[in-house]
Amino acid sequence: MRYMIIGNSAAAVGAVEGIRRTNVRTDSGREILLISDEPRHTYSRPLISYWLQGKVTEEKMRYRGLDFYDKNGCILLPPKKAVRLDADRKKVFLAGGRELDYDRLLIATGSSALVPPIPGLETVEHAFTFMSMDDAVALRKILTAETRALIVGAGLIGLKCAEGIRESVRSVQVVDLAPQILSSVLDETSAKMMQDHLEKKGILFDLSNSVDRFDQNRAFLRDKTQIEFDALVLAAGVKPSADLVKNAGGRVGRGIVVNDKMETSLPGVYAAGDCTESLDVSSGEIKVMALLPNAYMQGECAGVNMAGGTASFTQAVPMNAIGFFGMHALTAGVYTGETYVDQDQEHYKKLFYGGNHLNGVILINREEKAGVYTSLIRERTPLDTLDFDLLCRQPGLAAFAQTGRDAILGGVL
Amino acid sequence: MDEKWCLGCHLCEYYCAFAQTNEKDMARALKDRKIAPRIQVEDSGNVHFAVSCRHCKEPLCVKACITGALSVEDSVIRIDPDRCVGCYTCVLICPYGAIAPAIAGATAPEGGGLVVQKCELCLQNKMGTPQCVQNCPNAAIVYEDRG
Ligand SMILES: Cc1cc2nc3c(=O)[nH]c(=O)nc-3n(C[C@H](O)[C@H](O)[C@H](O)COP(=O)(O)OP(=O)(O)OC[C@H]3O[C@@H](n4cnc5c(N)ncnc54)[C@H](O)[C@@H]3O)c2cc1C
Repeated sequence: MRYMIIGNSAAAVGAVEGIRRTNVRTDSGREILLISDEPRHTYSRPLISYWLQGKVTEEKMRYRGLDFYDKNGCILLPPKKAVRLDADRKKVFLAGGRELDYDRLLIATGSSALVPPIPGLETVEHAFTFMSMDDAVALRKILTAETRALIVGAGLIGLKCAEGIRESVRSVQVVDLAPQILSSVLDETSAKMMQDHLEKKGILFDLSNSVDRFDQNRAFLRDKTQIEFDALVLAAGVKPSADLVKNAGGRVGRGIVVNDKMETSLPGVYAAGDCTESLDVSSGEIKVMALLPNAYMQGECAGVNMAGGTASFTQAVPMNAIGFFGMHALTAGVYTGETYVDQDQEHYKKLFYGGNHLNGVILINREEKAGVYTSLIRERTPLDTLDFDLLCRQPGLAAFAQTGRDAILGGVL
Repeated sequence: MDEKWCLGCHLCEYYCAFAQTNEKDMARALKDRKIAPRIQVEDSGNVHFAVSCRHCKEPLCVKACITGALSVEDSVIRIDPDRCVGCYTCVLICPYGAIAPAIAGATAPEGGGLVVQKCELCLQNKMGTPQCVQNCPNAAIVYEDRG
């Protein structure tokens, strides 16, 4: 059996581990072929901002040890882009013309930066996206203590970049269309808390605003003000890399369409991670959930199925653990329904519930046992089976009925 | 863990915290210090029980870890403190609340640089066997590999 994986990141690693837990490596060798256009050992993408900040070395960024490919019978091909898929003939074509055969294929191509078509962008000398180690390396090369950085987009990636460079540059200004930061992750109150914190650390915000056009190192904004900058980072969102499947005639919505087993509509072709769309069980909506835990778990599920086992992944929920300069936001699920709020100056807890389920949670500097909430959201646990009042105040297993707890903790033999 | 036998004495928490200090004398090690045990007793009326990492067979924390710092070694879920950046994804996903941010100044090994902490069955300290199990006065906590 020849397994081929396009991608070499979280979803791909999940798949390799999924294949190997199902189908232990045989002496016959290296049946897993990995194709990636990034010239690197698998690394943790979220750490690129930590690297800029000097908090991790490149070595510490490895997502798996140096022996990962050997141990798991993988061949990582020299970096090349896969440009075409022929699912009928089970062939993948690489840039440069090489063609490769597979029996089972996983598309784990992730996402790429959405670059808004702002007039004059081509006149900007130092413009970057912030998606890869190459991006981080290129950015660091031109940063000096005098750099004025302009970041377009106050989402997770833009703000992580802001945190990563704040201490090494003169100024960091962030522009976003939305009236609040992290608009897909936080509600208004928690966003304001985080914004205040970031402002104290010297990051400047220009919200409810956008860039109309660029002229070299000058941005002209919608409200008629101008910003001069030396480095521009575009972090206005990501889009799933779904072209291989789309061009091969497979079903693609906003991302690649997959079922619970991570099969695409093309026979023998699976997809996992940021390149897919999937059901968010907290809202019942189909979404692109570009997050590492989902990518790994989908990849693992695909791997098990590719190797002939049975697995399904049905519990995707949006989930964010994001910290900036020591302030942590933990969130999960969807923000609809009735609410329970508990807050003071530095802490915030908001639970969203309705229809006998916990739908969502937002926590700022309230990490304790947060996973108990996330679990209720993922599992769609009926709230009338537990002491919800207690749970609102104090997440823990005490709120569960004893039988439920016994199942978890072991109980009597 | 059998809650029928748990007295709610919280001794496991002290033995856990003590084990992390790698000291010889408990009183000296813990006196006037805030303890941050990796096993925690929940009390609710007459019911008491201790919660620590279940070392799950399908560990969500390991799968979700964004850096690869969490891994399974010989059925035990371990943290590589060198590779943990403290993003708290594991805290957000553990259904039992068994992984917690490490608290500065509490009873972590000196200079351990730990950012999150969880039970590692005392394999990461000098004890080598779970101290909560060994010192539970009513044998409510046991360690069993249930396959
Ligand atoms: C700065 C930053 C911070 C982040 N922080 C967090 C965080 O804190 N928590 C979190 O959960 N998530 C975070 N994320 C998101 C997380 O990194 C992604 O969800 C995760 O990496 C997705 O994994 P993946 O395997 O699906 O795809 P990716 O990691 O995107 O990997 C896809 C790989 O495939 C390669 N590829 C694509 N197309 C081709 C092709 N045609 N041929 C060959 N190779 C190809 C790409 O170059 C890439 O190497 C962050 C992302 C960024 C950029």
